[in-house]
Amino acid sequence: MPLKVMRADSVRSAAEKLAADSGARFLGGGTLVVRDHTCGDLSIGALVLGDGLGLDTIRIEGGRAEVGAAVTMAKIAAHPGLALLHEVVREIGGPAVRAMATIGGNLFAPAPYGDFSVALLALAADVLSENAERSDSIALEAFLPTRAGQKGRIVRSVSFALPPHGAFRFAKVTRKHPHGASVLCIAALLPVVDGRLKGVRVAYGAMAPTAIRAHAVEKALEGGSVEKGVLDAAAIAAAVAVAGEGTAPASDAFASDWYRANVLPVHLARLLRR
Amino acid sequence: MARIPLQFTVNGREQAEFVEDGALLIDVLRDKLGLTATKNGCGQGTCGACTVLIDGELQLSCLVPAQRAEGRAVETLEGLAQEGALHPLQRAFADGFAVQCGFCAPGMIMAAKWLLDRNASPTRADVVDAISGNICRCTGYESIISAVLSAAAEMRGRKSA
Repeated sequence: MPLKVMRADSVRSAAEKLAADSGARFLGGGTLVVRDHTCGDLSIGALVLGDGLGLDTIRIEGGRAEVGAAVTMAKIAAHPGLALLHEVVREIGGPAVRAMATIGGNLFAPAPYGDFSVALLALAADVLSENAERSDSIALEAFLPTRAGQKGRIVRSVSFALPPHGAFRFAKVTRKHPHGASVLCIAALLPVVDGRLKGVRVAYGAMAPTAIRAHAVEKALEGGSVEKGVLDAAAIAAAVAVAGEGTAPASDAFASDWYRANVLPVHLARLLRR
Repeated sequence: MARIPLQFTVNGREQAEFVEDGALLIDVLRDKLGLTATKNGCGQGTCGACTVLIDGELQLSCLVPAQRAEGRAVETLEGLAQEGALHPLQRAFADGFAVQCGFCAPGMIMAAKWLLDRNASPTRADVVDAISGNICRCTGYESIISAVLSAAAEMRGRKSA
C-alpha cells in the first residue's frame, strides 16, 4: 500500500496533520513505523516527518536532563552528561539502529523492545507531549499504559533528575550477542541515604506489554542497609522472593513466558549483588 | 500515485529524480538508479543487508522514506572502488574469503567503512560491535572480522607510507 509523506513546520502543525488523518503516523527514526508498514500494517497510510522540528536537543540543567524525542540512541551514547545511560544504549541494536532509533519512538516500542523506556521508568522520567490544542507533562509510568490512545499527540521530550553517581544500574539479557532483543531487562535506581536505600525504583522490560515497575521489589529493598556499596543480603533475598509479582511476560521468538518468569529472579539477584 | 521531486547526492554524484510519494530509499537506489549492491533482505531493519551511509552515518535504507534523503549525501557500496581499484575493505573481503553467498557483504562492508572512517585502529570488539546489526548466514563472521582488521592495517600502512 502506498504511503503519503508529509512535512510539518512545527510540532503543533504536525499534531494537526495527525489529528486530521486517521491513517497518519508520526515518523521518528522509522525503525518501528516503517517496519510495521512494510510488514503489512494497512492502518498506516501517511507519515508525518519529525525532521526539523527542534526535537533533537539534549539539555542538562540544575541536576535534570531534558532529552528531545528525536534524539537518537547514538546521540545519547556520545553525550558525556548522560554517561549513566551509555550502558543502556550500547545494548540497543547495532550502530545503524542506534543512529536511527529515537527516544520518543522507544516509548512506543512493543515488548520485547523498548529497553530505553525501562531505564527512563526507573529514573522516574516525565513525558512532555503536545496535541493540536495543548501541551501536557505526565509521569512515564502513567503514560505507558495509555500510549496506544495517544493518537494526534506528539511526544516532545522526556526529562528526569540525574541520580547520584553509582545509584543507577541496568542489565539486559539477550540470546544474540552483542545486541539482540530482550529476553528481559532490569533497571534499578538505588539511592543511598545515611547507609540505607531510600527512594528505590526498579523497572522491568519484556516482563509485560510495556515497561513496568516492580513495586514489590522496591518495597522489599527500601530501607535496606548498604555497606561500602554492597547491598544487605537479607534485603536482596526478600526482593528476589517477590521478583515476579505483577509481571505478565509474553512468549515470543526470543523466550517463552515460562523462561522469562524463571530467569527473572536470577538476573535481579545478579544486578543487586553487583 | 503522486510523484515528488527528489534531489540528493549518491556516491558523490548529484541526482535529481521523480519518485513515488512514500518510496523507500532502498527502492529508489535499486530500481531507479540501478545501484543493486544494496540488498533488500528482511525489509524490517533487522538483517543490515540494506545498510548505506547518509551524511556519513549508518542507516538502514529499507526503513528510510526517500524524501528523508532530500539534500543529503548517500554512499553505497558502488561508491567505494576508485578508478577500477577495489577499496581495501573490498580487497580484504575477497582475499580473506569473507564473502560466500555475498548477500550480506555490501551491508557488512558499509558498516565496516563507517567504523574505519572513525577509528583507524579498531579492536576486534570494535569490529564486532560495528557489524552487530548485520546478519551473515554463511561465514560464521570470523572471516569478516579478520577482513575488516586486515583492511584497517592496510589502510594505516598506506597512510604511513
